[in-house]
Amino acid sequence: MPAPWAAAAALARREWSNTWRQPAEWLTPLGFVVGVAAMFPLGLGPEPARLRELAPGLLWIAALLGSLLSLPRLFAPDLADGSLEQWWLAPLPRPLAVALKLAVHWALGSLPLVLVAPLLALAFGLDNLTPLALSLLLGTPALALLGGLGAALVLHARAGAGLLALLLLPLQVPVLVFGTAAANGGANAQAALLLLGAWLAVLLALAPWATSAALSLMLD
Amino acid sequence: MPRPHPIWRYASPAHFLPLTGRLLPALWALAALGIGAGLALGLFIAPSDAQQGEAYRILYLHVPAAWIAMVCYAAMAFWALWGLAWKTRLAFVLMRALAPTGALFAVLTLLTGSLWGRPTWGAWWVWDARLTSALLLALLYVGFIALTSAIDTPDDPRRGDQAGALLALVGALNLPVLYFSVSWWNTLHQGASITPRGSAIAPQMLAGLLLATLGFWAYAAAAVLTRARRLLQARVESEARWPRALGGLA
Repeated sequence: MPAPWAAAAALARREWSNTWRQPAEWLTPLGFVVGVAAMFPLGLGPEPARLRELAPGLLWIAALLGSLLSLPRLFAPDLADGSLEQWWLAPLPRPLAVALKLAVHWALGSLPLVLVAPLLALAFGLDNLTPLALSLLLGTPALALLGGLGAALVLHARAGAGLLALLLLPLQVPVLVFGTAAANGGANAQAALLLLGAWLAVLLALAPWATSAALSLMLD
Repeated sequence: MPRPHPIWRYASPAHFLPLTGRLLPALWALAALGIGAGLALGLFIAPSDAQQGEAYRILYLHVPAAWIAMVCYAAMAFWALWGLAWKTRLAFVLMRALAPTGALFAVLTLLTGSLWGRPTWGAWWVWDARLTSALLLALLYVGFIALTSAIDTPDDPRRGDQAGALLALVGALNLPVLYFSVSWWNTLHQGASITPRGSAIAPQMLAGLLLATLGFWAYAAAAVLTRARRLLQARVESEARWPRALGGLA
């Protein structure tokens, strides 16, 4: 196997087993979303018609906030123990290393959420679950890509997770707008899903480069 | 080797400081004159609006503020790109100097818009596309300022500079999509009244608006340049401390 492929496979394996062995880290966002979803009926009242109408937006906002939770620990341990420097020396392009790391982060941190969200939507009385599931399937990788950039930028900042939210929320607005429009399943849903996919493609093409530039900054 | 155009020497603090020192008094004077004349014309001389009565007069503050808030972000992103590409020290200083002024005008846009909305739309705030994107622009400024100040250490502004530049660039690339998504989401704001083809408002209103805009632009430029001079002086002094501190060690 050529060296870059071997390095990529080793990196993906390491990330996967490191994350997999700490269920608290990748299950927390899921628990958070379930908990927040349980708060909405308690705060808004149990009226089924209203909950059904609000459910896609509420679940999307819960998913957006949940995606922020694990970001402070995304790159910080790798910077602290020096493994970030090892990847930078590894024979594989840096944006690819970042993309691999984010892919593992998404597969363990967000994919379970995409699978659980339709069940939560059932509890809110939604009939057609496909639009919500599809919109989250396309939207959560976009959130993870932007989140990786934010996590890299605040690595040396003397501030808590609040700063990360402040940086990321305005950047994540297009994802939220297209995602909720697609999840609501109205006349615009098809267009919204296509726009969400287009924006995900743009982010896939650009975000790993920006994130690896930010990480390089944090290493000097 | 061809000599570079003389304009490039102003990228060096040694030329930038004297130049801005000469420009600043003129800019402050222009700001006072423009704002004074524009507001006098707008508040006292221009006719009242056929539909909105006197309430429209906040336009002389609201419209320039909105223009400046948007253009300052573009200028910040421009200097961010310049600084990342050519590593000139002045670029990052200008980028940082622009942020507080841009944030000020973004907040001013929101406040004046809110005051204007109450009598004319009957609500302090509506979740319309333009209002929401103005709010998000203000948040982008606040995020930039918060990030750079959380990264900075007293003696080394470089990492804060570069992280801030990356954020400003990403924000600027995101803004068109953000604006599109939000206007796709909802729109209610009145359309633009001034276009390059002509204007739909009375000549005195236009004159007052243009004078006020000129004045606020001069104010923004003067404030940014003053802040850039202070930042630059602080950096030069902090760098000058190093040889002195090392000399003390030897």
